[in-house]
Amino acid sequence: MGIKPLITKDFATENLEQLAVYEKTGGYSGFKKALEMQPDALVELVKASGLRGRGGAGFPTGNKWSFLPKGVYPRYLVCNADESEPGTFKDRYLIEESPHQVLEGILIASYAIGCNLAFIYIRGEYLPQTEALEVAIAEARQAGYLGKNLLGKGYDIDVILHRGAGAYICGEETALLTSLEGYRGEPRLKPPFPAVKGLYGKPTVVNNVETVCNLPAIVLNGAEWFKAIGTPTGAGTRVWCMSGHINRPGNYELENGTPIRELIEEHGGGVWKNRKLKAFQPGGASMMVLLPEHLDVGLDFDAIAKAGSLAGAGAMVVMDETTCMVDAARRYVKFFHHESCGKCTPCREGTFWMANLFDRFEAGEAKPGDIDLLLDIGYNIDGRSFCPLGDASTWFPRSVIKFFRDEFQEHISEKGCPFKKSLQEAVA
Amino acid sequence: MPLEKATVATIQDLAARYPSKQSAIIPALWAVQHEQGYVTNEAMSEIAQHLELPPSLIEATASFYSLFLTKPEGRHDVVICVNAPCMLRGADEMAAYLGRQLGVRDGATTSDGAITWHSTIECLGACGGAPMMQVDHRFEENLTPERIDAIIERLRKDPLPNPPHKREGEKAAASRMGEGEKAPAPDKGEGVTAKKPARPRAKKTEN
Repeated sequence: MGIKPLITKDFATENLEQLAVYEKTGGYSGFKKALEMQPDALVELVKASGLRGRGGAGFPTGNKWSFLPKGVYPRYLVCNADESEPGTFKDRYLIEESPHQVLEGILIASYAIGCNLAFIYIRGEYLPQTEALEVAIAEARQAGYLGKNLLGKGYDIDVILHRGAGAYICGEETALLTSLEGYRGEPRLKPPFPAVKGLYGKPTVVNNVETVCNLPAIVLNGAEWFKAIGTPTGAGTRVWCMSGHINRPGNYELENGTPIRELIEEHGGGVWKNRKLKAFQPGGASMMVLLPEHLDVGLDFDAIAKAGSLAGAGAMVVMDETTCMVDAARRYVKFFHHESCGKCTPCREGTFWMANLFDRFEAGEAKPGDIDLLLDIGYNIDGRSFCPLGDASTWFPRSVIKFFRDEFQEHISEKGCPFKKSLQEAVA
Repeated sequence: MPLEKATVATIQDLAARYPSKQSAIIPALWAVQHEQGYVTNEAMSEIAQHLELPPSLIEATASFYSLFLTKPEGRHDVVICVNAPCMLRGADEMAAYLGRQLGVRDGATTSDGAITWHSTIECLGACGGAPMMQVDHRFEENLTPERIDAIIERLRKDPLPNPPHKREGEKAAASRMGEGEKAPAPDKGEGVTAKKPARPRAKKTEN
C-alpha cells in the first residue's frame, strides 16, 4: 500500500505554522468552499466519506454530527486536544507542525453543525503547543477567518483555547465537558450523550484533533476520493505514533490497512539493536498486547479488533525480547491508578489493588495465587466501571497474563524480576 | 499576598469570555500560578470573589488537577517520565542519574532553590523522543547523561523563575504580524536543547 500522506502532506514545508505559508499550500480553501455549501450538505458529505473519529473509539464523525437535535441552540463544538494516552504524541505533532490545519478543521466542523462558539481543550502539559495555537488563533482572527459575518457569508464563529491542568480522565468526552465547565473532571452518565446534552447542557460535538485535520481535504476533494483511500470500513489514513524498541521512533501517517509489519520494519526501521520482536501494542496503554504472529494484520480499527486488540488512539509501542512484560504492565496499571478520578468504586479501588499486586511481583513478594487474583480484580473492574478508564486499565495486564503467564510465574519462583537479574549478571 | 492588578484583570476578562463564569476557574488558577508560582487558599478566595462563586468550589476544582501547585517550589520545574514507552528506552536509568546529579530525592528541591524534580507515571506526550523530560513545561527529548548535565547547568545559572506560562504566544503573533516588539517564537528559543529535533516522517511512496 502506501500513498502520499494526506494530513501531513505539507509538513515538510518550512514555517507551515505561519498563516501565509499555510495559505500558500491551499490552506483555508477547504473552509472557504465549506462556507459556499449548506451546513446539512456538509454533514452528509462527511457521513458519506466514511471518516471515523481518530480519538480512539472510531465512531463515524458524520453520524456524530447528525445526532444533534433540530432547532436547539446554542450548540458547541469542542476539539479534544487532551492527548494523554501513554504512547500517543500525534496531536502534539499535528498542532506543532500545522496549527492552522487544526483550526481550519474546527471551523468546518463548527459551520456544519451550526456552532458559533468552539473550544479547544488542550492538555496542561502542552504549553508550547498551547502557544502555537494561540498564535494561530490570533493570526486567523486578524485575517478574518474568525469573527463575525465571515467572508461576507453571515456566519459568526469564535474559538476559545482552554488549557487543562493535568488529568488523563479529561480525554473522555463527558469528563472533558465537566472539566471545561470548571468542575473536577469526572465523567457523566451516558445517555444523554453530549450531542443531546453536552457543554452547559446544550447540544455538543466533541471531535479529536486528528479527526478535524481530515476535514479540509474531504471538503476539497469529496467523499468518494476519501472513501477510496484505506479500507472499506476504515477510510483514509492514520498518524501512528511509534515508540519503544524501534530504530526510528516517531509519527508516521499511513493509509489504513497498511500491514503492521510495514510500519514497524520499513518505516520504523525494525527492532533496535538487532534484537527480536517480542510483542507490540497497537493503540496506547489501554490496548491489549499483540505478538509477532500478528504482524500482517492491517492498521485499521476493524482488522486490529479482529486480531484481539484495539487501534485506540494510534500508538504503536514496540517491545523487544529483553522486555519484562510484567514491569511494562505494572507501569500502565500504576498510571491508571494515578489517573482514576475516584468517582466509581471498581476503578478507584480496583486499580489500587492491581497496582499493589504488581508492586509485589516486582519486589519478589508475590504468592502463587496472585496471578489469578489479578485476573479476578480485572474481571471485577471491566464492564463494571462508570467510564472506559476503568475497563481499559485491565485490558493490557490481562492480555499479558494470557500470553506471558510464565513470566509472572518466574517472578514468583525467582522472588523478583528475572530480566533485571540477568541484566545484573551480564554487567557483573 | 493579594493578587496583582494585572492578574485580577485577566480573571475578570476570563469571566466575561465564557458562557459560564465557572469555566474561568481553571484558566484563573493558571493566571494565579503564573503570577505567584503556586496557588494559596488566600488566592483561591480571591478568585472566588472575582468570579462570584463559593471558595469551596475553587478548591474542589484546583485539588483535582495535578499541575496546580499548593506550595512553593524551585525556580525551575523538571519532570521525567517513567511510564512504559519511556521505560523501554532507559528512563529509569535517566531518572536515577538526574536524582544523583541533583543530590535530592524524587519530589524535592535542590538546596540552592534552583530545581524541583520528580518522576512521573503520567505520559507527557513525547514517547517518540524517549527518554524525555519536561523542563518548565518545555520538552527535552532523547536524554543522555551528558544532555542532563548540560540542562542542569543551564538551569542552575538561570536566575529567573519559570518562564511565563502565558501570553508568549500572543506576543509572538503580534511580532509576526508586524505589531509590537520582536518576541521570540514559542519553543524555538535559545540554548542548545531548545532546538526542535527533526522528526522522522512517513516515507512517501507512490504505487
